[in-house]
This record gives sequence, structure tokens and C-alpha cells, in this order.
Amino acid sequence: MRDLRMSYGPTEVLKGVDFTARRGEVLALLGPNGAGKTTTIEILEGFRNRSSGRVEVLGADPAKGDERWRARLGIVLQSWRDHGRWEVGRLLAHFARFYVPFSEPGRPRPWDVDELIREVGLEEHAGKRIAALSGGQRRRLDVAIGIVGRPEVLFLDEPTAGFDPEARRDFHDLVRRLSDLEDTTVLLTTHDLDEAEKLADRILILADGRIVADGSASELAARIQSRQRVSWTRGGRRFTEAVDNSTTFIRDLFERYGDEVSGIEVDRADLEEVYITMVKRDGQDASAEITPEPAEENR
Amino acid sequence: MNNITVNAVLAGASRGWEEYRQSFSNSQDLFNYFGTSGVFLVVAFLLQDSTVEGAEVSVGAMIIASAIGFLVAMGGIITVAQILATEREDGTLLRAKALPKGMVGYFVGKAVHVLLVTATNTAIVLFPPFLLIDGFAFGTQGDWFTFAWVLLLGITATVPIGAVLGSLIKSPRSTMGLLMIPVMGLTMISGIFFQFSAVHEWAQWIAQVFPLYWVGLGMRSVFLPDAMLAVEIGESWRHLETAGVLGLWTVVGLVVAPILLRRAAQRESGSRMAEAREKAMQSTV
Repeated sequence: MRDLRMSYGPTEVLKGVDFTARRGEVLALLGPNGAGKTTTIEILEGFRNRSSGRVEVLGADPAKGDERWRARLGIVLQSWRDHGRWEVGRLLAHFARFYVPFSEPGRPRPWDVDELIREVGLEEHAGKRIAALSGGQRRRLDVAIGIVGRPEVLFLDEPTAGFDPEARRDFHDLVRRLSDLEDTTVLLTTHDLDEAEKLADRILILADGRIVADGSASELAARIQSRQRVSWTRGGRRFTEAVDNSTTFIRDLFERYGDEVSGIEVDRADLEEVYITMVKRDGQDASAEITPEPAEENR
Repeated sequence: MNNITVNAVLAGASRGWEEYRQSFSNSQDLFNYFGTSGVFLVVAFLLQDSTVEGAEVSVGAMIIASAIGFLVAMGGIITVAQILATEREDGTLLRAKALPKGMVGYFVGKAVHVLLVTATNTAIVLFPPFLLIDGFAFGTQGDWFTFAWVLLLGITATVPIGAVLGSLIKSPRSTMGLLMIPVMGLTMISGIFFQFSAVHEWAQWIAQVFPLYWVGLGMRSVFLPDAMLAVEIGESWRHLETAGVLGLWTVVGLVVAPILLRRAAQRESGSRMAEAREKAMQSTV
């Protein structure tokens, strides 16, 4: 337990945010606009000062982190039109150079530039000027710049905004590889529930300046009570029924019909439902028709 | 300096060189190199036969000498302010901030870049007149020395001014508008295009507060015959005063600029940049 610890005192934007990330974990920070996702991530990056609370990233307070500490972080920024005249390979090599003095046994820094360019799928564009890249290619370059120093903790703010489905899948593969092979802890913010579900070991839902939910996608789904839809096929016909407990229901189904039953599907409350419920529950205008369990927010 | 800082300084120097190299494949930059200098050269060539009122010196030669002062000041103030305002907005500065010692690398890079660009501008203006304009020459060995220190002090006096302005200005699109008018006004009263003795006395006093006049004077002392002294203040090249004023600007600038730059850099974050991007998008539509 050494990567990220954060408790953040009361302010207007963040009203007490607590979470911990373990080494190699992928964490997704979900939340509506204005919930404080970016503020949180910028505090962790050391780009913004907090008003109070205790924050620790890689054993140091981000507000006081030195260059050695900075070298262990990776930050994927949303590029816009900076460095338009630079060639992809040259820019990466330039940024890589800053990490040379920070190489450690077991974690050689920086990443070999040619290898990194292949890794993010830009090998055909290495000699291109950045201004000539497409939006998706630029974002891959942003990721490459973020990880060129082989970070131990990687921050990504809305990493796949504007990606096409293929680029998004490639990007997800890359993040998984980083977390599995490089043991990189990843914290990303996203609007995309599907992305959070696919990518993250753990999802934090931030609403109105607080973490209102913390857990894996299935844990979160299990937490809100909702009826599940079970569909199955029997005798060439498709049946669907809403049930309270799908496990019991399916057992009964098999007891009654045995092998006649096939193609069973259970629709759990999906992440979207969880998200909407959690975010609303926390809002001041929490409407009456939502009747979740008494808030049991494990921290 | 430890090796981390040395590494960042070297990376910054190569960054400056790379950006300088890139400027030759950019039509806008090429225009800036040759366009501005070209205007001075044409004007100087056309006026080479007229003489400065009260001194047996070609107006053309005077304009070229003063032009170097102008290019140094423009490079230091306008170019630096423009680059800084732009790169604060487009995220270049933020990228530097995310790197270990990235800010050191960034500012060393800028310094090297501005130095190379100013040297190039100066060279482009200087070479043709030696061949084409009478009375335009390095007089003595001492002139080389004067040329070097005036150029260097001119750069160190003006670059921090540009850096301060660039870290205060909110939007790069307003840089030109905000700075061009005062700088052009200052040019008018600093004896760049017209001889300084033709400027009103109160305007002369204002001009003498700023580096532009002094860099121009220093360059005239290098390239023009002493006959020019007849129309200069105190009939002297005033090297001591030149070094004093430029030195003072340098010292004040080197104290103030890093403080403001650090503040500007600290303010940068992804969300501020996103805001700036929104604004820029709106204003271009």
C-alpha cells in the first residue's frame, strides 16, 4: 500500500474525497461534469494546491514533490496544437531525454523511443509533423509522451475522448499491459461507463465533491437493489421474466425443465443504472422513486 | 549544478536549436527573417544619398545601424512575449511542467532560440550594407568589441521584459495589439527611423528610459563615423550610460521575470488549458 493516499478536507469543490490505490491497480474516476474529477486529478499531479486534507502520491505530498518524484509520474495531457512543427519521433526523443538521470534498476528510464512509437501504433507516422496527425493519432502521441518516462503512477484525464472504437480498444489494451507488465498504477477519469467497466479494477464515482461509490463494476451493481431480467429459450421459444433473485430463479428453472432450457441470459443492473442511482442519490434533489439501500459506502 | 539540472539544460539547448532549425521550413518565419530586414534595407538603400541634418552621414547608414537596435528590441520584447503567451495557451508550457526539470529545459530552449533568431536577423541586416552603403563599416577593432557587448546587453535587457509581458498577457491574440502600438511609438521617438535630434526634448527623455534608444545608439557608435556625434546628445556615444541603462534593465529583469514566470507556470493546469481552448475556439469561429 504505497501509491496513493488521499483525504481531502472540506472545500466547495471537493468535500472530503478519500481513496487509496494499490500498486498496479487501474482506477477509474467517474462522475458528472463539475463533480471535481479534474480538480482531484490535478491535485494528485501536483498541478493544483488543495485547501486542506492529506494527500500522498508515491510517498510524497504532491504539493511538495521534487523532481525525482515527478520523474516517477506520467501525465497524459490533452494536446491541442502544441509542438505542431515537431516531428513525432524527435519530440518523443526530446521529452525522453529529461528522464535519463532517473533510470532505476528494474525500471530503465526512459522508454526506448522507437519501441514506444511501435507500442502506441504510430510507427508509420514517426517522421510526420505533429500538426499533420489526425486527432486519434495525436491522442496516441499524448499517451506516448505520458509514459515515455516509464511512470509508476499514470494519470489520464478523459483519455479516449474522440477515439474511434478501434483506437479505443487498442488504447485499452495498452493500459492493461502497462498495469500488468509494468506494474503501473493508473488513475483515469472518464465519462464513458463502458470504458470504466472494461478497463478499471475499481471504479470510484465522484458526485458533488464526494466519492459516493467505490468498488469493481460488479460490486457496484450488486450494491443497488434492482430486479434482474432473466431470459431463456425452451422448446424454440424465448422467455423473459423480471425476478428478484436470479440465482434462485434459474435453479428452479433447471429443476423444472432440465436440459430443455438453453441460452440463459441475466441482465444485471448495469453500470449505467448504478451510476445514475448513485449520482442522484447524492444530489440534493434525490427523488423519491429511487429507493436504494441505506447508503453503505465502504471507504 | 547537479547532473539532473545539467541534463535539463542540455536538453533545453537542443530544443532551442531544433526550434531554430524548424523556423527555416516555415514560411511565416522566413518572412519574418527576410521581410523586416528587407524593408530596412530597401529604405536604407533609397536614402543612402541623403545626409543626416547637421552631420555628414548617410541617412541610409544611420537607419541600418539603428535597425539592429530595433531588431534586438523587437526580438526580445515582441517575439518573446508572443511565444510565451501562445505556448502558455496551447499547452507547451504545461507539457514542460509535467517533465522532471522540464521548466529549466523549456526556458533554456527559449533563450537559445531567441539568441539564434536575433543573431540571424542581425546578420541578414548587416551583410548587404557593407557592400552597398557608403560610410557603413566597422571602424576599428574596438568596434567589434562594442558591437558584441551592446548586442548581448541589448538581448539580456529586453528578453526579460518580453517574458514579463508574456506571462501577464491573457490571450496570445491580444499580444500584438497590446504591444505593437507602444513599441512602434517608442521606435518613433528613439531615433531609429529619424535622427534623434529631431525628436522633442520631452520625448527624448522618455526614450532614454527604455533599452531601445540605447541599443540603437550603441550600434550607431559601431557603424557610423564620428561625424554623427554632431547630432547625438552631448556629442558623445555615451558608452558608459549605455552600459548602465542596459545593465540596470538586465538586473531588474532577471530578478522580476523569473518570479512572474514561475507564477505563470504554476497557474497552468489541464483545466485552465481546456478553458483557454474553449475561448480560442469561440473566437476563431
